[in-house]
Amino acid sequence: MLNEETLRRYILEALPGSEVVVRDTTGTGDHFEAHVVSPAFAGKTMVQQHKLVYAPLQPWLASGELHALALKTYSPEQWQKLGPR
Amino acid sequence: MTPELKAQIEEHIRSHKIVLFMKGNALFPQCGFSARALQLLQPLGQVHTVDVLADPAIRQGIKDYSNWPTIPQVYINGEFVGGSDILAEMAERGELANLVAGTSSGAAQ
Repeated sequence: MLNEETLRRYILEALPGSEVVVRDTTGTGDHFEAHVVSPAFAGKTMVQQHKLVYAPLQPWLASGELHALALKTYSPEQWQKLGPR
Repeated sequence: MTPELKAQIEEHIRSHKIVLFMKGNALFPQCGFSARALQLLQPLGQVHTVDVLADPAIRQGIKDYSNWPTIPQVYINGEFVGGSDILAEMAERGELANLVAGTSSGAAQ
C-alpha cells in the first residue's frame, strides 16, 4: 500500500530539487493530495506540469492502487508570486 | 485512432475558441466535473461543447488525442488546457481569463 512518504519519494526522484508535500486525504492510502514546487515546471503549462508528476506514478494509477491524486503545481516563480501563505 | 476521428476532433478544436469535451451538454451536464468546468468557462465567452456520451469513439478518442485520462477536457485557442481541477486552479490564480484573451499561455511568466 502507498503512503505519503513513498509517494513523496517517487515524485522527488522524478523531479529532483523540488519541494514536495503529500497528504493522504482519506487515510486509506489511495486518495492523495500533492503540492509540488519544482524548477522543472518553469515555462510549462499546468497540463505539462501535471503530466511530469503523473508520469512516474503511472503504474500505480493504472493498477488502481492510487485512485486519486489532487495536484497543485508551481514553478518557483509562480510560488513566489503567491507570496507568504 | 482513425484519421477521420482525428480530423473530427481537430475540426472542433480549430473552429472554436473555447471547446469543452464533456459528459452531457450545456443544458444538461451529466457529471459534476463537467458541470463545474462549464460554470468556470461560461463567464469567459461562448463555449462549444461536445457530448462524449453521444459518441463512444470521441469519448475514447479525445483521451488518446490529449494523452489525458479523464473527461471533461478543455481546449482554449487550440491548446489543451486540462480538466476541471486545472481549470479551477487557473481560475483561482487569475490565469484563466488571460488565457482566453490570449495574453498568457498559462505558464510561468
